[in-house]
Amino acid sequence: MNTMVKVLRYDVRDLVRSRWLVGYTLFFAAVTDALVRFGGSSEKALLSLVSITLFIVPLVSLVFGTVYLYNAREFTELLLAHPVGRRQLFGGLYLGLTLPLCVAFVAGVAVPLLLEGLDDAGQRVPFVMLLAAGTALTAIFTAVAFVIATVTEDRLKGLGIAIAAWLAAAVVYDGLVLLAVLLFGDYPLERPMLVAMFANPLDLARVLLLLQFDASALLGYTGAVFRQFFTGISGTLVSLAALALWIAAPVALGLRAFRRKDF
Amino acid sequence: MIEARGLTKRFGTLAVLRGLDLVVAPGRTTAILGPNGAGKTTFLKMILGLTKPDGGTLLFDGTPVNGDCRYRSRIGYMPQLARFPENLTGRELIAMVRDLRGATGPCDDELIPAFELEPQLDKRLRTLSGGTRQKINAVLAVLFRPELLILDEPTAGLDPVASSLLKDKILALRAQGRTCLVTSHVLSEMEELADDVVFLLDGRVRFSGPLSELKARTRQATLERAVAEMMRRGAEEAA
Repeated sequence: MNTMVKVLRYDVRDLVRSRWLVGYTLFFAAVTDALVRFGGSSEKALLSLVSITLFIVPLVSLVFGTVYLYNAREFTELLLAHPVGRRQLFGGLYLGLTLPLCVAFVAGVAVPLLLEGLDDAGQRVPFVMLLAAGTALTAIFTAVAFVIATVTEDRLKGLGIAIAAWLAAAVVYDGLVLLAVLLFGDYPLERPMLVAMFANPLDLARVLLLLQFDASALLGYTGAVFRQFFTGISGTLVSLAALALWIAAPVALGLRAFRRKDF
Repeated sequence: MIEARGLTKRFGTLAVLRGLDLVVAPGRTTAILGPNGAGKTTFLKMILGLTKPDGGTLLFDGTPVNGDCRYRSRIGYMPQLARFPENLTGRELIAMVRDLRGATGPCDDELIPAFELEPQLDKRLRTLSGGTRQKINAVLAVLFRPELLILDEPTAGLDPVASSLLKDKILALRAQGRTCLVTSHVLSEMEELADDVVFLLDGRVRFSGPLSELKARTRQATLERAVAEMMRRGAEEAA
């Protein structure tokens, strides 16, 4: 445990000084501030932030994560030549990457919103959910980046895979779901759609967030089905639990790959 | 100090080590030589547990090298390439490694003044030149008075002054009875440092023994010529 915290401490210190991380924070701060100022209500701002979060957070986590881990490769090797266990080092490196990204996102979104103030108390839950979903997505996609960077020796190939993974989850997946709906519209699709929603963490996060708003039109097919199955608080709890599983799976895979890797 | 028996390793279809048997004597400096791709770096990484052998056994001071990482507190390692976290300073890096080692007492940091590194230590590592980073790399390797020092192409990227200082340090450690494993393509330098020579070819040990014996066996005056002779013979046998 101790070694992990030590690695984490220096990793965080390194990343906090990174211009990219500062830029990421400022990006969310600027967007949030603009949306609150010019969007009229904080509810509209939150809703727009949902789309931006679902788009940007996975992209940055995957690409920044992969590049960072490739750059840290020789140093990882050097650390492993010291009396440091692989499991501990994995924990330190993973959290050292994920925590600063999470803090950057949360600070970038929360600070402008809280400075301007939410319009009414009813928006507190959607606000907290947005921060939670962004944090969960960061944790998921940095873990995926870890798997990619550990398994793929070639940096360029790894970066390509990372971008492809993002495209698949953020763009292609929805298209395929829609295509399936069009093709198999004559059949009962509720259960397959539900499965499809749980199978993509981005879909899952979107449904979780939109359930918090009165915006059923934005829910899409999978979300509408989901709402039929899980009403009220149970929907939120089920999707949060599913997101937690979605963090655990790539983390476990990444750890496995890291422990077996030949450096 | 190190005993390898029948070590094998393949990366995909490429067999890097094909049954490597080797005993490294304690208290001596051993040069590991061989053409590119002979398995030198792979073997060094196996001693550190960075790469796991497919078959064979590897003993460090009589204990098999497996999952347990504690034996590495007795080793200092200087890798070929020095890349550190970009936004930390040299001082923070040294503090980090000390922290990870749980080192509390004074360290052997005499290379820092020797390399005149002190003014560089508060700059971010990203801004330092490759040679300066390689100096920090060397400082880290000897910092904890290791019983075994593993140096992979230590003088590549160092200027002649720094390179001589590092060689002096290796000789001083040798005088204190430390064991040292070095790879290098600069054979004149190995001649200065090494007591023993191990010549690897195609993942096997072709020669292992004192430097003088290699010269006698190949009837050559310098290590460079002796190694060239070994490579020529290897090529002849293969033909």
